Amino acid sequence: MITAKLIEGSRGWSRAARVAAVVVGLLVALGLPWYIYPPVAMDIAAWALFAVALDLLLGYTGLLSFGHAAFWGSSAYATGLIAIETGLPFYVAVLGGAVVAALVALPIAALAVRRTGIYFAMVTLAFAQLIYFIANQWRSVTGGENGLQGIPRNFFGLDLSDSFYFYYAALPLVLLGLWFAWRVVHSPFGRVLVAIRENPARARALGYPVDRYKVQVFVLSAFLAGLAGGIYAIGHGFASLQEVYWTTSGKVVVMNILGGMGTLWGPVLGATIIVLLEDYLATAGIDAVGAVTGAIFVLTVLLFRRGIWGTAQHVWRNRRGRRGGPGPDDDVLEQEESPTPARQA
Amino acid sequence: MDGLLQQVFNGLVSGSFYALLALGLSVIFGMLGVVNFAHGAFYMLGAFGAFVLLDSFGLSWWLALLVVPVLLAVVGMVFERTLVHRLVGLDPLYNFLLTFGVALILQDVVRMRYGVTSQPYTRPELLSGSVNLGLFTYPTYQVFVLIFSIVASVLVWLVLSRTRIGMIVRASTERAELSQALGIDVRRWVTPVFGFGIGLAALAGVLAAPMRAVNSTMGGDLIIVIFAVVVIGGLGSVFGSVAAGYLVGMLSAVGNFYTPALSQSLVFILMALVLLLRPAGLFGREEGVHA
Repeated sequence: MITAKLIEGSRGWSRAARVAAVVVGLLVALGLPWYIYPPVAMDIAAWALFAVALDLLLGYTGLLSFGHAAFWGSSAYATGLIAIETGLPFYVAVLGGAVVAALVALPIAALAVRRTGIYFAMVTLAFAQLIYFIANQWRSVTGGENGLQGIPRNFFGLDLSDSFYFYYAALPLVLLGLWFAWRVVHSPFGRVLVAIRENPARARALGYPVDRYKVQVFVLSAFLAGLAGGIYAIGHGFASLQEVYWTTSGKVVVMNILGGMGTLWGPVLGATIIVLLEDYLATAGIDAVGAVTGAIFVLTVLLFRRGIWGTAQHVWRNRRGRRGGPGPDDDVLEQEESPTPARQA
Repeated sequence: MDGLLQQVFNGLVSGSFYALLALGLSVIFGMLGVVNFAHGAFYMLGAFGAFVLLDSFGLSWWLALLVVPVLLAVVGMVFERTLVHRLVGLDPLYNFLLTFGVALILQDVVRMRYGVTSQPYTRPELLSGSVNLGLFTYPTYQVFVLIFSIVASVLVWLVLSRTRIGMIVRASTERAELSQALGIDVRRWVTPVFGFGIGLAALAGVLAAPMRAVNSTMGGDLIIVIFAVVVIGGLGSVFGSVAAGYLVGMLSAVGNFYTPALSQSLVFILMALVLLLRPAGLFGREEGVHA
């Protein structure tokens, strides 16, 4: 499948390195709003979770969903509606939104897994567009082109109107989502997903109901994407059609590709870079987000398909000395057509 | 009843665009195994090409109909040689992502230059009136588009099914390695076929200029509908893509007559049904080499 197959999570790292990475990651997450404008920090956290959610599918199961905006967006709307109508703490609203996203995902997944590869991408993209049209038409609920406005940040009576404090209120939810994704990847279930990615026929021959696994991970992924979308909606105080539009689906894919799919850390890195870049372009008054995103797509796909994290891992692994192993400049092409040497490590 | 009939006609006209675009997409996919996301962007460029020719050079629409597809076909061939070609042989998803990126760039560059408002384009004088079709009168231009696209589709089908070139392309499409073994230089045909597919998209764009809103996003939303169309028709199948194009056009238009709110969604609902009942598409065979 599409992923650089050799990337096996953080395998090959020593335990100390992994713990250190988590500690550093946590420290960065905790310190983020001190040195970055807090609403941007919140965006980074939400998009990072969204990107990791997609990584479960794209990186670990080898399924390119090009319609994940449907789940991020439907949760943004649902979260907003729950928060507005019930006034419950935003944790409840976000969880409710994520459940709605998972429910939306279930029929889409059941239909989409009937095709594989490139068709899967096209089908998910088309279904996401269906969700977009529904959101556009159902004005009484979604507000149509005006979007859903005035979503409150209720949290047990605490005043979270300052984005700095809201970040810390929402961060546990994001971290919980990331931890959940990590658990999925490192569970027996996650191993089966990788087996499906590597060789669906063999996984089936071994008795795994491949399609059922695909539907399950799709719904899980949509749930996490929903979690992220809900947090995003609460953070911004509104949900708009942009959240369900295909460019949003594309954006989360580019985060994965740029960061390095199938690595969990990579998508987090990719999300951070893209959000910061967009923020930079916006403040600098450069109105070219689409062109820049497109250029990143083109360059990453042409030049380093492993993404930043994947390339770094690759270089690191080769450094640690194996005589004739493939060098960092080797094209993924060769890697993909023959069983990868690194995978046996 | 007249109203319904008129809707059927509207459907056939919008189906003409779907058919031309799906056809190009299908031919390219067959030859290279590449799903070209930038197809919609080239359609948009086709419309803008006509606009620029008229606006800056005073060249008529008729000339644009001839010049723009050829020009963009050349651009498409360069695109294939310089970028797409590098990723053929890898997982087709890489080219999907590459062409997606290119589509974003093209769309955004046009937006930067021309803004988001639609560019005005007047109908060519010869086709500006309306014709009496017996039951109702209909704009001449739309009738022309319909006939033109049917003729173009039939021509492409004839070329593919009756000529030697078509035979080579079909053979390369279906069994690339075997064709190679039989002495056909498959690679020689890849670039021209890609250019041809792009030319068809540009042609649809020029046709769209006088009757659709000419703006940078006109291709982006359309391409997703086209994806649904080719999933419905069966991506590898030339006939299936064209038939599904007209079918989807009519379905949306008739849907618009009965339930306007749903009309845009109907194509996706049809796609869901097809996936449920005939996953390979209405006219598709089981997924083969490129699956």
